[in-house]
Order: sequence, then C-alpha cells, then structure tokens
Amino acid sequence: MSNWTVLIATSALCFSIKLGGHLVPERWLSGARFQRINALIPVTLLSALVVAEGFVIRTRIVLDHRLAGLAAALIALLLRAPFPVVVLVAAVTSALVYHLH
Amino acid sequence: MPSLPRATVRDALSVALTVGTYGIAFGAAGVAAGFSVVQTCLFSLLTFTGASQFAAVGVVGAGGAPASAIGAAALLGTRNALYGMQMAPLLHNRGWRRVAAAYVTIDESTAVALSQAPRGVEAMRAGFWLTGTGVYLFWNLFTLAGAVGAHALGSPATWGLDAAVPAAFLGLLWPRLENNFLRGVAVAAMAFATLVTPLLPAGLEIVATALVAVVVGWRAR
Repeated sequence: MSNWTVLIATSALCFSIKLGGHLVPERWLSGARFQRINALIPVTLLSALVVAEGFVIRTRIVLDHRLAGLAAALIALLLRAPFPVVVLVAAVTSALVYHLH
Repeated sequence: MPSLPRATVRDALSVALTVGTYGIAFGAAGVAAGFSVVQTCLFSLLTFTGASQFAAVGVVGAGGAPASAIGAAALLGTRNALYGMQMAPLLHNRGWRRVAAAYVTIDESTAVALSQAPRGVEAMRAGFWLTGTGVYLFWNLFTLAGAVGAHALGSPATWGLDAAVPAAFLGLLWPRLENNFLRGVAVAAMAFATLVTPLLPAGLEIVATALVAVVVGWRAR
C-alpha cells in the first residue's frame, strides 16, 4: 500500500512542479537566492543518497560489500567510464565481495 | 513541419538513447527496493524525472517513511520548474501541448533545446520535443528491461544490485561537480548526512541535506 502512495504522490508532485514552471510568470522564480539554492539542491540530495544507499542501513552506519562496489564506481568515474559501466562495475564488485564473505 | 537541421536530430537522438539506457539501472533499483515490476514501470511512465525516481525508490529501499521518499523526490524535481520557466517562452504552447511539454521537461530536453540556440528557434523547439519524447521512449523501454531482469535475478545482494543503487547516485552526481566549490558542497553534504543519520528517522537525513543547500546558497559567493 505505502509503495503505491509513494508512486502516486511522487508522480503527481513531480508533474505539478514541471507544469508549475510552464505556468508561473518568469519573475516568480527568478530571484537570485532561489536560483542559487535550487542549483545546489541536486548536489546535496544526490550526495546524501550516495551515503544513505552506500553505507547506511535504516539509521545505522554499516560498512559492507556495498562500500566496495561504491569504491569501484568511484574508480570507474575517475577513469571517465560511461554511466552504465559505472553501475555495472559497482554491482560486479559488490557481488564478488558479498560472496567471498 | 519545416526541415530540421540534421545535427539537431542527431544531438537529440544520441542523448535520448544514451540517457534512456540509464533506465536499466532504475528498473533494477526499483525492484531491489521492493517495488513490483508494474510499479517500477509506472514510475518511469508517470513520474518521468530520473533523479526523483531513483530518490523515491532509494528512500523506500533504505527503510524510510513514504513522506521522506516523496519529499526527497519533490525536492530533486524542483529544478524542473526552472527548466519549464525557461522553455515556456520558447515553446509558446497552449492547452494540451503545454501539458505535454511540461511532461517531458527534464534535464536533457532543456539542455538539448538550449544547446541548439546557434541553429535558431525552430531547432531549439525541435531539440526539446525530439529529446523529450525520445528519452521518454527509451527510458521506459529500458526501465522495463531492468525491472524484469532484476525480478528474474532475485536477491539484490547476490547480484550486487544493492551497490548498483548508490553507484547510480554517484554517477548522477559526478557530472554536476564542475568546480571545487561544488565538490566542497558535495563533501559537506555527505558529511552532514552521515552525522545526522543516527539522529533522524530513516530516510529523513536525505531531505534534511537540503538545509546544506539553503545555508550555502543563502548569500552570494
């Protein structure tokens, strides 16, 4: 049930935000402070998501096979690998560490 | 329709295909987080903004409350409002075409439209629509492939799917770290998220990290 709630509410909100941008007068969203903060939000939230998915289980910091996968992804990114390769490298590394343990 | 510059068509299709393939990772992430194949596909059909989709399923997968998942997705979606604001005067749409334009207003359709500026307004409009609809098509096809694949594979840890999700977030973050200031913000956000994780309900630390953006962005640099 809660999965459906997340799906429907996320879709409705994300579409409303998109449509809102097409409907509101330009000056509403053109404040310098709003623009600066808005530009930083993806960076901070994506950073938090790396932490939450990479080494957290619920509310505890847990260092496990996922961290090995994340480290491999970081190396792949430094070597300028494209996105699908980065994800694949992380998955393979993590699975290897998981099975070796 | 007037003839389109071939370069515009090429730009739009190459972006659509490349970004569309990321859908495999989302499809796998959705299933790994406990969503059904149908629900995962509906995210790509209805929400259609990649980072928000990843965030919603990621927070749920991490045991977070629905409100945290929805909040994180909505915050990540706010940039689409700015894109819409930039695209509306260019597209001049009314009625259902405006609704359709809003639906496909994402990072890629906006970026390709803006990059076509030297080729004229018609090329910008074509770039927006071709990229938006192209990404929609490929993103959904690859989401289905990823979701079905992950469903067939079973346990997320066995195949490393649980590490594919944070790697996907890192891959989405990476191209945004254009300078040392933004890299510093990312490191600060990661440190902040790590520190507040034990103090907040699961998943809320992700939404709370928006505070870092507010504090850093409050004053002009």
